[in-house]
Parts: sequence; structure tokens; C-alpha cells
Amino acid sequence: MSGEFLRLLVTDYTLRTVTLGAALLGLTSGTLGAFAVLRRQALLGDAVAHATLPGIALAFLLTLSKAPLILLLGAAVSGWLGTLLVLAVVRNTRIREDAALGLILSVFFGLGLVLLTRIQKMPLASQAGLDSFLFGQAATLMVGDVQAMALLAAPVLLLLVLLWKEWKLISFDPEYGATLGYRVRLLDTVMTSMIVVAIVIGLQTVGVVLMSAMIVAPAAAARQWTDRLSVMVGLSAFFGALAGVCGAILSSSTSQLPTGPSIVVIISLIVAFSLAFAPNRGLVWDWVRQARNRSRLRLDTVLGNMMLLARQHEEADYGHKAAAIGALSGGRIGIEARLRELRREGFVEMDRQGDWHLTAKGVARCEMIVKKWEP
Amino acid sequence: MGKMANGTASEAAQSGMAVEVFDLTVAYRDKPVLWDIDLAVPQGLLMAIVGPNGAGKTTLMKAILGLVKSAAGEVRIFGKPYSMVRSRVGYVPQRGSVDWDFPTTVIDVVMMGAYARLGWLKRPGRNEHAEALSALDRVGMAEYADRQISQLSGGQQQRVFLARALMQDAMLYLMDEPFQGVDATTERAIVDLLRDMRKAGKTVIVVHHDLQTVGEYFDWVTLLNVRRIASGQVSEVFTSENLRLAYGGKIGFLGEEELAQARNTSLNGERLRDEVGL
Amino acid sequence: MSTAQIEVQLIAMVVAAAAALPGVFLVLRRMAMMSDAISHSILIGIVLAFFVVHNLSHPLLVFGAAATGVLTVVLVELLNRTKRVHADSAIGLVFPLLFSIGVILISRYASHVHLDLDAVLMGELAFAPFDRLTLMGLDFGPRALWLMGGILLLNLLFIILFFKELKLATFDPGLAAALGFSPVLLHYGLMTVVSVTAVGAFEAVGSLLVVALMIAPPATAWLLTDRLSRMLTLSVLFGVLSALSGYWLAHLLDVSIAGMMATMTGFFFLAVFLYAPRRGILAIARRRAYQRISFAGAALAVHLLNHENLPEAMEECRVDHLGEHLRWEEPFAKKVIRHLVRADAIRYDKEYLQLTPKGRLLAQTVMER
Repeated sequence: MSGEFLRLLVTDYTLRTVTLGAALLGLTSGTLGAFAVLRRQALLGDAVAHATLPGIALAFLLTLSKAPLILLLGAAVSGWLGTLLVLAVVRNTRIREDAALGLILSVFFGLGLVLLTRIQKMPLASQAGLDSFLFGQAATLMVGDVQAMALLAAPVLLLLVLLWKEWKLISFDPEYGATLGYRVRLLDTVMTSMIVVAIVIGLQTVGVVLMSAMIVAPAAAARQWTDRLSVMVGLSAFFGALAGVCGAILSSSTSQLPTGPSIVVIISLIVAFSLAFAPNRGLVWDWVRQARNRSRLRLDTVLGNMMLLARQHEEADYGHKAAAIGALSGGRIGIEARLRELRREGFVEMDRQGDWHLTAKGVARCEMIVKKWEP
Repeated sequence: MGKMANGTASEAAQSGMAVEVFDLTVAYRDKPVLWDIDLAVPQGLLMAIVGPNGAGKTTLMKAILGLVKSAAGEVRIFGKPYSMVRSRVGYVPQRGSVDWDFPTTVIDVVMMGAYARLGWLKRPGRNEHAEALSALDRVGMAEYADRQISQLSGGQQQRVFLARALMQDAMLYLMDEPFQGVDATTERAIVDLLRDMRKAGKTVIVVHHDLQTVGEYFDWVTLLNVRRIASGQVSEVFTSENLRLAYGGKIGFLGEEELAQARNTSLNGERLRDEVGL
Repeated sequence: MSTAQIEVQLIAMVVAAAAALPGVFLVLRRMAMMSDAISHSILIGIVLAFFVVHNLSHPLLVFGAAATGVLTVVLVELLNRTKRVHADSAIGLVFPLLFSIGVILISRYASHVHLDLDAVLMGELAFAPFDRLTLMGLDFGPRALWLMGGILLLNLLFIILFFKELKLATFDPGLAAALGFSPVLLHYGLMTVVSVTAVGAFEAVGSLLVVALMIAPPATAWLLTDRLSRMLTLSVLFGVLSALSGYWLAHLLDVSIAGMMATMTGFFFLAVFLYAPRRGILAIARRRAYQRISFAGAALAVHLLNHENLPEAMEECRVDHLGEHLRWEEPFAKKVIRHLVRADAIRYDKEYLQLTPKGRLLAQTVMER
């Protein structure tokens, strides 16, 4: 299957373009999304994405060109303006970040829709291309689009790698960074701009409405697998690209399936899988660990009770019926199974009369448990 | 930034004071947080800044570091403006100022102390790694080097910040509540470290929350409550009168006797060091 | 104006009013983004219910979709509790997934007159008059008007009944819990109201723009008043104004009504943001400029007082050394001195500045604060 895919990749122009575009999207949104999430700017990504819409429409209205670079630049300017306004509102009024974000997000988007419907009425029948910015349409990607994306992505990724330690520092402890002499405000602004560019790059593929998910989800998934920043960022890029390419190809080859939602569903599955099964942090492993602990505790309780019973008879290996043991250990249900488990572990034995008693190993374990519970 | 030669003890000694503050006033909106502060801290000692909540202690430290804008006044470090002597000043911020869930290891955080030295494009290499390990060793955290920082206890986090500052090999250290919420072992380790630093001729200024230990740990103390109440040797300045001025009569738990004892402890410590020639 | 036009405007106003009311509490409780999340996720509830009853007007739609809204809140809460993701990430993970599934379902299986992607984003307010509520042969008007009217009433009732509790839980949740009101119950009650409103508004203005109606008018109102009751009234007022002006401008320019309504909410916010008497940017800038001088003046007075009658007084009180000691640029220093001289707090004594008795009093009162 993949051999076929690779062959097609080389020969089929559309497939190649779509794959490249989606991979670029995943790469940039994954890497910068990781930093956005760590800097608590996840929801800002949502606002920026929605704020790009009027910029795209205006860029078209002013230049009457659908050249990808022009539209993307318009998107970037508009998105940037959105962040500035959010900051202005938060810094100067008592309105908090969440309301400022929601406000900019919805108002800019509404303005964008107004402009789009205006364009729709224009005699040039030109809206068709702009519509794809709403939910993304990978099938419409052309080489020119991918070139524009690459043009924007290259400096951003380069800057990220070159100043890696600086980004790490200001994301972790900006104040300390300031004392070292770094111009933290400037670096902050640059980083936010890089995030805006990453969002803009993905707009044609994922669309304005859902782009924020590509900032948050790959990073959230990656975080589950590692504790190292470099690995997290790399993994985030990988997940983003993976979801991007799969979603884009799926959507291009299926009718009436917009790309954005397809990619989001795939990345969400990756997130769910990561949350559940990642080593160490996986919730499933947590649940298994807890269940095992509880089971261990129950078994140890049975052992302890058997020890108590035996002490009453001066012989550590004095046997008792299962029912009697069960009565002490919180009910007779399941006591048989637990005793059998303990026998499998070699802590107890059953004698010919059907009485259960502790083995030497069992006695030793009891003493160890007691020591563990006493300081 | 850039590469500045770290000041040696003798070089710094020529400038006289470690920190001088002139008429410093800091405001938030139009409420004064610090009013007309004058301070002159000599070199080679350990000084505590104490005062009630909201007294401006952290603000003073941040104003000295240029992290906060002042409405009036000036700060000089080793006789020069802070921006010229950055490399000689190490900062240990409050533990709560960062998110410890950040994906990074202990040694990575410590190596941040070397970033300024490296300049823009260089990555920390083997030298920095070795230095960081030895800094961690000094605070007793060498075996935690590769540990994820989210797994650390409060005291361990504090020591990581200390090690990071040690990387800078500075002559002046500013620490914001380093003893807050740490276990007894860490507290002892920090005090030992401070004393070593003093022996090496370094100056350490600490925002301190525990009046009980001022006499035992520090040579100098500055009492602050928006204005400077008093500043000088513990043996002279740590009086109930000054404390009352600073805390407004809310320090019932420290009686006259205890204060006198604290002053004595500090004085004895000083005399001992003079005798031994430290 | 035709009847249809009047009806559309009425519906728009009712939608705006109904949205503004719970929006006030969302903004005050810093949960504005929940409205974004809920209005997106209910799409899947609407689509699924639509598949069952094949009718956008069915009450099942409201229940089903509102339930989805509450489900969203629950999911976000659960995700937060796992402590595996940051708080704002949780929201950003849940609603895109639900919304995407909804969009996919619509694109594939319901490319319908009434339920297509355009409608999802912008609503179909212009078509609302064509869907009428007829009972027993009598025409009661547009169904949407009745639905939204009902929701508006519901929201009003909720707020009136629980005004005290809402107020307390918003401004002092600790006290509210101590007094026995369950803040959790209130929280879910509010979220249910938001969900129901979002569902009702969905048909009129689509998924995204209801967020504008829920957040912008309350934010605008908050810049004008401190009182909850006044904030509620002003929010409704701004919402209704945005709806009306949005409709007419959209009519004039021939663009999306819902989009224009959202834009107008932003316009009113901008106006108030700039010009509000106390909290507007212009007022703040003017105040800050004045405060800077007045504060610096107080600082200077304190400085003079502190150094009066001290040996350094000569140095410290010289006019030209002021700049050095206090680190003020000359033009600023001059402004400050002028301010104090005008207030009769200091006077020149050759090259030195001296405190007048008034100035001394000023410095002393400042220090005692």
C-alpha cells in the first residue's frame, strides 16, 4: 500500500502538492504549537486564526489577486492586528483575556464573513477560491500555494532552531532571562509573530475555523510521550504532519469531505491514543496500576488476617476455613479466588481438611508488610 | 549582554559598596510601593530584607535588577549602573514564578545560567555541562541532574535555582525568599552555601520572611515598609522599636529578649569571623 | 418596511437580548471561551437530532443539542481533572473534534437547503420569516421568533430567580459555597442556559456569531458600570442596537446579516473602549499623564522633606541636581517643579528648592498613607 503511495507521490502532481502542503502545515503548527501551548497561548491561536479572515478578504479586495502570498500576507497582518488588540484590551481595561479573545475572535470573523459575502456579489465570481479558507480544501492546493507556505515556513523554522535556547529560556523563566540581559519583550513579540505565521501557513489546508486545533492538539499529544522539550517539539511536528497528510489525502480522494475537519478528527484520535497509552503518563496504565495496587492491598489484607487468626493458636501454620478468613477480610465473596491467587504466589497452602494456612514464605511476607506500615 | 569578565573580589573591592540605592520610588498605578529608598550595602556580607506583606521587598529586588520601572531614583551596583555589570549579579527568583511542569531536566535549567556567556547562537556544550554538574554538587543535587523538574520537591526546586545562579559565578547575589517552604535539610544547605559565598567575598541580599532566623543567618538587615525603616548591622538595627515601625505592632511573637539574643548572635558571629580573619 | 423585514429585525433583537443575558455572567466569571466551545459543539447534537426527526424545527433539536452543550462542559472538566493537559488546552481539544464531526456529517449526508456549511457559519436569518408557526390554521408568526422569545423568557426567569445566588457565586464563590448555594449546580445551570440559547440562536446567526452576541455587549457594558443590574440592562441594550444597526447596514450593503451584527457589536465595543468616561482609553491616558506628574510631585516633596535640615540638604535640594538624583529628564523635572510651584507646595530660593508649609504638609500626609 505504502509502496503504491510512494510511487504515486513521485508521479502524481496533485498528490505530491497536497502531501507537501499538509506536511508543511503539520511541521510548522506542530513545532510552534508546542511553544504556544507551553506559554499558555493556546486560545490565542484560536483568536488569531479567526482574525485572519478579514485580512484574506481585504487582500483580495484591494489587489483583486488570489496569489497565495498576497492572501497569506493579508492574513498575517490581520491576525497580528488581532493579537495587538487583545493585548490592548487586556492591558488597559478590566476585561480579562478570555473575553478579549472571544471578542476579537467573533468580531473579526464576522467582519470577514461580511467581506466574503460582499465579494460573492461581485461580478467576477471570485469567491470560490476564498471559500476554501473557511474549512480548508487541500485538493485545491497548487504549487504556488505550497511555495508560498514554504517561503514563510523556512525563516520561521530556521529562527526556531538557531535561537532554540533563547526560546526555551523565555518560555520557562522570562524574568530570569531579563536579568541575564535578554530583551524579553522583543523575543516575546518575535515568538508570537512566528506563531501567527505558523497559523497562516495552515489556513488553506485546515481552514480558519479549525486551525487552532492544529496548534493545540499535536503538542498536547506529544507532551504525553516525553519530558524533554526537544523531543516534544519534534514529536509534535511529526504528529501534526502525520495528521495533516492523512487528512489531506483522505479529503482529496473523497467527495464532499472538507479537509479541515478530516485532519482534526485524525489528530484528535492521536491525542486520545496518547492520553490513554503513552508510557508513564498514559491514563490506561494509571488505571491498570491503580487496579493492581488495590488488588495487592486486598491480598495483603487477607494474609494479615490469616496471621491474626493463626496467632490465636500459637502456630503460624494453623489452618482455617476459607469462610472464616473471609469473614474477617470483608466478606466471603471472592475470598476463594484470592486464596487461590495467594497459593499461586506461594504464600499459603491448603491442607487435606480444606483448611488454609500460611507457608513460611507467607509468614515472611506478613512480617515485611508490617514493617512497611510502621515508620 | 556579551562577554564580560567576572569581577574578582579585589576588583569589586575598589568600588566600595556592593549596592547603592538613591531616592528610589516605585509606583503601581498611582499607589506607592516604594518611597524614596536610600540604601548602601557594603560588600562581602549577607543581608536580609524584611518587612510585612506588601512592604515592597520583592519590588525593591526587582527594581535593583531593572525588572520593574521606577518613578524616581537610581541604583548602582559596584559603582556602576546595573546594565554594565549584569554578569556580576546572580538572581534567584521565587520558586512560584515558573511552571514546574515545563518539559525540561534539572541540569538543563542549571545550564541556563551560562546562556548569557554563550551569546546568541552557541549551544551549551560539555564545558557548561560539567560546570552545571559541579554547581549542582555544591547544592547537593548532583544525582538529580537528569530528573524531570516536575518530580522535585519544593526544597529541591529551590536548590536548582541556586545552582543556576551559581553558574554565573557572580559577586552579588539577589535571592527572593529562598527559605520559603523548604525542608530543614535544604535550609541548612542554603545557609552553608551562603556562608561559603561570604567567605569568598561575595555579597548576598535575601528577601527573608522569617524574623526568627535573622540574627542567626545574617550580618545586615534592612527593614522595609514602603519606606526604609532602618538598614545596618543586625546587632545594631534589629530592635523592637524598628520592628514596631516596620510591622506596626504586629510582631508580638518576637519579644525583647529574643531580639536581644538575635542581635547578640549576630554580633558574636561577626566577632568570631574577625578573630579568625575571615 | 415589509412585514418580513420587521419580523427579521424582531428576531434579531430577541436573539441579541437572549444572548447578552447569560453572556454577562460568562464574562464576569472569566468563562467567555466556554461560549465559543459550546456554540461549536452543539452542531453535532443538532445534526444528529436532525437526522432523527428530519426537521430543524423540532423541539428534540433543542433538547438534544443543549445536552451536547452540557456534555462539552463535562468533557472539558474531565479532561482537566486528568491533569495531563493545560487548562486552556482542554477546551481547545474538545470542541474542534465535536464540531468537525458535525461538519463532516453535514457535508456528506445533509447537503441540504437548510443545513449546509454556510448556514452553520452564518445562520439564515433572512429566511426565518418563511418558517411560520401555524396552529389550528392560525398563523402565529415566524417560528424562530417564538423559539427565541421563549428562550429569552427562560433566561430572564433564570436570572431573576437566581439573581442573588448568581451575584454571590460570581463575586465571592467561597462565601457562596459556605452559605450553602451549590456553585457547581449554578455553574451547570448557567451552562445549560448558554447551550439552549446557542441552539436557539444557531438558526438565526449560526455557530460563531452567537459568541459575538454573548461576549461583546457585556464587555462593552462592563466598561461603563460597576453594578450588575445596570450591566445586564446595558448589555441587552448594546445587543439590540447591534442587531438593529447590523440588519440595516447588511441590508444597505447587501452582505451577511449575522456577520454585520457581529461587526456592529465590535463597533460599539470599540467606541466605548475609546471614549468611556472613566475606563475608556482616552480617559485613562489623560489620567495617567496627570497622575505621573502629580505622583512625581509628591515624590519630590517627600524627597525634600527627607533631606531637609540634613547636611546633604544643600546637594539634594539644588534644582539642577534634581535630575541626577531622581533620575528625571530635564523637561519632565521642570514640569514637576512647575506643578508644585503652582500648587504652592515649593518655592525657589535662588538655586535651591524649598518646601512651603503647605508642601511640608503634603509630604507628611503622603508618607503616612
